[in-house]
Amino acid sequence: MNKIKKKNLEKLSLKVREHIIEMSGNGGCFIGASLSCTDLIVYLYESFLNINKNNLDDINRDYFLLSKGHDVPALYGTFAEIGIIEKDRLKNHLSVKDNIYWHPNTKIPGVEFHSGSLGHLPSVSIGIALDCKIRNADNKIIVVTGDGELNEGSVWESLLVASAYNLDNLTIVVDRNEFQANMETEKLIPLEPLVDKFESFGCEVKRINGHSFDDLENTFTKLPFKKNKPSVIICDTVRGKGLPSIEKKADRWFVNFSKSEIKNLIKELHGEGEANLTSDTLTVR
Amino acid sequence: MNYQEIIRKTSLKDDRIIVMTAENRAVLRELPDLLGNRFIDTGITEQTMVGSAAGLALRGRIPICHALASFLTLRAFEFIRTDVGIANLPVKLSGFIPGFLSDGNGPTHQSLEDISIMRGIPNMEVYAPADNNDMVEMLPQIWSSNKPSYLRLMHIESTFKHSKFTLGKAEVIEIGNDINILVYGFMFKYALETTQELKKLGYSVGLINMRSLKPIDEECIINLSKNGSTLVTIEDHFKTGGLYTILAETLLNNNMTAKVIPIAMEEKWFKPGRIDEVLDHEGFSTEKITERILNKIR
Repeated sequence: MNKIKKKNLEKLSLKVREHIIEMSGNGGCFIGASLSCTDLIVYLYESFLNINKNNLDDINRDYFLLSKGHDVPALYGTFAEIGIIEKDRLKNHLSVKDNIYWHPNTKIPGVEFHSGSLGHLPSVSIGIALDCKIRNADNKIIVVTGDGELNEGSVWESLLVASAYNLDNLTIVVDRNEFQANMETEKLIPLEPLVDKFESFGCEVKRINGHSFDDLENTFTKLPFKKNKPSVIICDTVRGKGLPSIEKKADRWFVNFSKSEIKNLIKELHGEGEANLTSDTLTVR
Repeated sequence: MNYQEIIRKTSLKDDRIIVMTAENRAVLRELPDLLGNRFIDTGITEQTMVGSAAGLALRGRIPICHALASFLTLRAFEFIRTDVGIANLPVKLSGFIPGFLSDGNGPTHQSLEDISIMRGIPNMEVYAPADNNDMVEMLPQIWSSNKPSYLRLMHIESTFKHSKFTLGKAEVIEIGNDINILVYGFMFKYALETTQELKKLGYSVGLINMRSLKPIDEECIINLSKNGSTLVTIEDHFKTGGLYTILAETLLNNNMTAKVIPIAMEEKWFKPGRIDEVLDHEGFSTEKITERILNKIR
């Protein structure tokens, strides 16, 4: 990837992370899972997917579906930066006057399908991919799951079907931040060896650093990895990426920070020292 | 015409139709060859079938999904509610062997709460034809609507000649002054025979084939309750959440009351066996239903 492009993506990611941090107060949000997939979502919308504010209803557009749901601040932050929604609209987070809440919904332009209950969008994506195959259309269909989400049997059930129907237009991306809500995945329901698991379900798998734009570009541009096989990209990421004070902290799943904490976290994001956080994580969400 | 013929006719006329099944092909055997890639068998994966149906509907398709009624509505319930219901997509669900039609399988296969749980989903419509002819009369309108719907698939032939179907309307066979029986699906035949038995005893008896449980024909229920007759609901479904409940809700919503005799499965699954024996054992044979009604009104 050339330097200018990378610099632009890095700049964009910083801005999206600022939006996420802003949404982590006044009611709060799932900040950790949003920060772990920010670079992925920014890369996909800015550099890879044929999706923009002018083609949201075009039958030839690419499809992006966020199955893990909690990370929707990263999606809305990206939408705001690339002009799919107005930046001002993010201030409506958790206001009943708008529809910007903790999970994606189709009242927000650009959201292909709602999520929140885990393990649903792999099968919804299969339906989209099947229709594209029937029509001989070459839309790309990308669905992002969490790693905790892989506990749901419906994910694995859907892989059997995607594989049986040779859906090489479908890519499942796992945001492998190694945490589920309250626990490290490997300490609760171990997922490794994850590459082997997906391969044994008939997928072609690559595992990359989900924060490296070079890795993302080198991998996504090679899709589909193999004719007639669904692709899986496991993105190794860090929950809370960009904010050392919350990175990889099990108790920083859902947060509701004060105004001053948010101010300090934005400083921290720009390398101006770690924020001192006193707000408790609210886990009943 | 039977189910397979009507689905074939509809899908050949309308290329938005996609026929899906979770490996239940009993009434679809000729369709794979005929429809090619518009026939999708997802294997024994009710959840994935319904989720994929939602994805197909997002692309402008009208998927018709098939599985045993119990597994379709129970195993895939959250996918129906969350992917089809919330999005209000035109996914058409066809449940095989609901109620007593699953005579010998045992409780795992008995779909006795399907009406209750499907009608609890906002946007979802619920249909239960009386027999094959009734179903063939109803399906073109059900499939051409843009709403999600659940059908109690009823493949059994009868010689009864049904009237034209209008979405949301019941079929009023006749109205009685003493007793009016409200019924849907498989039990229609036995309700019809029951009316004949009761007439022989001198009662003025009416019969209503509900056809659509949601939307319910409220006007029909209100009119019936106004004539002061005893209303009998007959259903191969749990008493909770089915026609009896719908009747009670409709009456309450309209500040009305009526004398109602519910004939339904009460807090238990039925004893599996050959259908005639099952009906007799559970009190759903014509003879037993007649007796149950007479015991209440005499």
